[in-house]
Amino acid sequence: MRTSNNNLTNRKLLVMGIFIAIGVVYIIRLFSLQVLDKHYKQLADNNALRFVTQYPARGKVYDRNDNLLVFNEAVYDLMVVPKQIVDAARKDTLNPFDTVTFCYLLEIDKESFVERMNKAKKESYFKPSPFMTQVSKENYAHIAEMLYRFPGFYFQTRTVRHYPNAIAAHTLGDIGEISANELEKDKEGENYYRQGDYIGKSGIEKSYEKELRGVKGLKVMMVDVHNREMGSFMDGELDKEPVAGKDLYLGLDAELQAYGERLMVGKIGSIVAVEPSTGQILAFVTSPTYDPNLLVGRERGKHYKELQADPMKPLINRAISGTYPPGSTFKTVVGLIAMQSGSITPATCFHCSGQGSMPIKCTHSHGSSPDFANAIMNSCNPYFYESFKATINNPKFGNIKDGYQYWKDMTYKMGLGHKFETDIPYERSGNIPTRDYYDKMYNGQWNSVTIRSLGIGQGEVLVTPLQLCNIAAFIANEGYYYPPHLIKCFGDSTAIPEVMTTKVDPGIDPKYVRTMKKGLRTVFSGPAGTARRFELKDIPQCGKTGTAQNPHGNYHSNFIAFAPADDPKIALAVIIENGGYGATWAAPIASLMIEKYIRGYTVREDLEKRIMDGRISYKNER
Amino acid sequence: MNERNSIIGKIDWVTVLLYLALVVIGWFSIFSAKYDETHPSIFDVTQVYGKQLIWIGASLLIGFVILLVDAKFFNAFSLWIYFFFLASLFVVLVYGKATKGATSWIDLGAGVKFQPSEFAKMATALALAGYLGRLDVDLQKRKNQIVAALLVLAPMALVLLQNDTGSAIVFVSFIFVLYREGFPGTGLVMVGGVTAILLFVLTLVWSQTVMYIILGSLLVLTLTYYLITKKKGIVKMLAIFACMFVFVFSVDYAFNKVLQEHQRNRILVLLGQLDDPQGVGYNVHQSKIAIGSGGFSGKGFLQGTQTKYDFVPEQHTDFIFCTVGEEGGFLGTALVVLLYVALLVKIILMAERQRSTFSRVYGYGIAGILFVHVAINIGMAIGLVPVIGIPLPFLSYGGSSMLAFTMMLAIFVKQDANRLNIL
Repeated sequence: MRTSNNNLTNRKLLVMGIFIAIGVVYIIRLFSLQVLDKHYKQLADNNALRFVTQYPARGKVYDRNDNLLVFNEAVYDLMVVPKQIVDAARKDTLNPFDTVTFCYLLEIDKESFVERMNKAKKESYFKPSPFMTQVSKENYAHIAEMLYRFPGFYFQTRTVRHYPNAIAAHTLGDIGEISANELEKDKEGENYYRQGDYIGKSGIEKSYEKELRGVKGLKVMMVDVHNREMGSFMDGELDKEPVAGKDLYLGLDAELQAYGERLMVGKIGSIVAVEPSTGQILAFVTSPTYDPNLLVGRERGKHYKELQADPMKPLINRAISGTYPPGSTFKTVVGLIAMQSGSITPATCFHCSGQGSMPIKCTHSHGSSPDFANAIMNSCNPYFYESFKATINNPKFGNIKDGYQYWKDMTYKMGLGHKFETDIPYERSGNIPTRDYYDKMYNGQWNSVTIRSLGIGQGEVLVTPLQLCNIAAFIANEGYYYPPHLIKCFGDSTAIPEVMTTKVDPGIDPKYVRTMKKGLRTVFSGPAGTARRFELKDIPQCGKTGTAQNPHGNYHSNFIAFAPADDPKIALAVIIENGGYGATWAAPIASLMIEKYIRGYTVREDLEKRIMDGRISYKNER
Repeated sequence: MNERNSIIGKIDWVTVLLYLALVVIGWFSIFSAKYDETHPSIFDVTQVYGKQLIWIGASLLIGFVILLVDAKFFNAFSLWIYFFFLASLFVVLVYGKATKGATSWIDLGAGVKFQPSEFAKMATALALAGYLGRLDVDLQKRKNQIVAALLVLAPMALVLLQNDTGSAIVFVSFIFVLYREGFPGTGLVMVGGVTAILLFVLTLVWSQTVMYIILGSLLVLTLTYYLITKKKGIVKMLAIFACMFVFVFSVDYAFNKVLQEHQRNRILVLLGQLDDPQGVGYNVHQSKIAIGSGGFSGKGFLQGTQTKYDFVPEQHTDFIFCTVGEEGGFLGTALVVLLYVALLVKIILMAERQRSTFSRVYGYGIAGILFVHVAINIGMAIGLVPVIGIPLPFLSYGGSSMLAFTMMLAIFVKQDANRLNIL
């Protein structure tokens, strides 16, 4: 026992040995770092280090036809290090800081000088803070010339965004100073940003922040008391060249976008157009909108507040965050699922007694037992209610709840009730109710009559214009779609994320979609088609009107469309809040957009004038 | 002689003075690091340096109270204290506030935050001491080994769940205690640990293939040696090599799958594999510049320029050593390192003179804890260890750590003062 204990006592030697060894290693390291290493000798008393961040040029943004949408303009931030002013004054007592000349140079008065200086001091006494931000190029030139007389001040170059066309404000988004939250989050991951850095706040500036921003560089300069840069510290060993951001090409068509925005003046709502064969968004209009140049530069904060206070809420992107009842445009979805599940065939007829129909009335005039094609052309409510009922009551599902589950899953696969999550920030999911929701709402006691409104796109069902547009593209493609997205390609031709180039097939037989397509063609071409007034001889259009009841007043005017019928180049959805019938506003706007995109110009001047000059009065604040 | 006088006479004053020296250096460094000319008084309690003084005062008061408490209290209640802090670690997991990704705070209201993990280290040292000090416990017995290991691993696991890797690493320090108390295999684990770190680093620097070649040649040499000398133990040797091969093989996987991105980056920067003075390397670069620019004798108190730029975000907490380096120079840093080494060696020597196992184990426990904190924190500031956010004992700003470290030491000083009363 005694010997073993002695052995253990000797173990203290190893433990103390480790403690002392680490101490010795650290002291040697400190000696080499502090005494032997010559690099740090350059930091003599009179020198201070200036860490100048080299901001890379942010990537430019173009539309699908190489038209410039967003570019950069250099601005200069005048930075100050308060301590260096004091230090310089102490060391060079013959030349005190000349406040008068300085104020004259900057065109500010003494009060403003004191105020700015106090703010900078409050931020940090030792580290640079902005004294005057976004000085224009002209002022920069003549201030910089005199800056050697004012130790502690220096210029830092930055870029701000400019928008030559002033369109697509929501799509392009904006950049702004990084928030405390964003900074905190970044610290956990990449740890790239610093206080005062700019970051994409919305739109593509946000979704492609990493690609657009590039990589910051750094220059470590030594500065003497006379504010003269004495060259690179450690021969530039710590310096890093900035890497410019990637350019971005969007699927957007600038001309079509501008045209859409003009059509929407005086109306609240949205137009979304995509190219069905790729899922690229051609036009992404939300109304009312604003000039993106307002949210740039020194006045950004003021303009932002004004826009925020506007009762029409122009800052909201209604194309993705407006959720609307789709109304009759939803009958396309209901009809397709009914056919796919074998619950109806194109030849199926349902009885309709017009105004007297139960449980849903019909507002249209057609034969008493329409077949599918007839029902689509006339937008027969009872027909689609019956189709919906036949689907969820289909015996093959066993019970109505499983039938409803099937129906809901199909709508989900068609892109409804969830976000696409491609490259559009702040998307909303819309709403397709779950069976649990109905179970809760009706204590488990519900059937096809309880939820009948779904069959005609009313009730709980809500969609975003983007989702609705995707339905149009899905039918145009005869059974598949690409998740709608904004990007076309990067300037350096790196691959765009896979999710946007992956075909989605919801599992609806193309033959049913073709039947639907034929039906949608008759909406323009048929004798009773709801959009027959907007038929164009040389461009075969397909579409479906919707007139959606809503809690905010008059009906929402909805329309989905695509053209040309046999080889669709454009698919779109239009929603005009409180615009009345689908054929009143939404259908002509969609038709004009189609004409503009395919022909490049429009021939229906009267129609165009009526739409552009049309104003809808909105009494309620929304 | 009354009780108080006897205590003052028996206290190990060298330890107390080493402690006070470090605390004062820390306080002045915090003042200098966060100096604000609009609040030029070091006693200004609206500033962190004034707050630190309050914490120092509170710590001294609690330390003094501990010296007055009956020495047997800590042994008797060691398990209770341990379970109390184990429970509070649980509470933090559920209700805690996240700071920098780690959920380790409880907000006690009135601006006071409480970080149980700082105290859990001390509680674990107490519990381990209490357990190993029992007469029926023998570390050669399997059952006792398991309990001892669990006492350390349970709080470590909870701290890991809080995503506070730094604090969890500190629990590794209990290997010193177990080694000293004869836990079988701990010596091997210490050697093995160093070997593993070495293999890990070399694999990342040189790639797996190179490591296979090196290990392979070593294996051939060893085998030849064994075959020629006909010594025994060749099977053992082969097993060791097999382990090393498997380890090297798994480094890539462990590095890419087990570690989180920021941890990976910190290691790569340290190894010079990733050059990123703006990103992850930022703190370390700034820290090295600040310390390096101090030169031999430093720039003088409050005269540092580099440390004042807030280049290093945790200037007054985890990177306080920069301020010491810039303003105190090599003289300052060497002094601080020597003070720590002296304190650590002193604690070990004191632990060895204890009559009770409890006091000795506890002494080794806190020496280990302090050592790991100091080695990691200073090592990180001078670019020898990856960035791991744990405070420098007695120097860093922070109420929880100041209180915890002071209590830790005070309990030991009390045990030491009482050692002659134990038969």
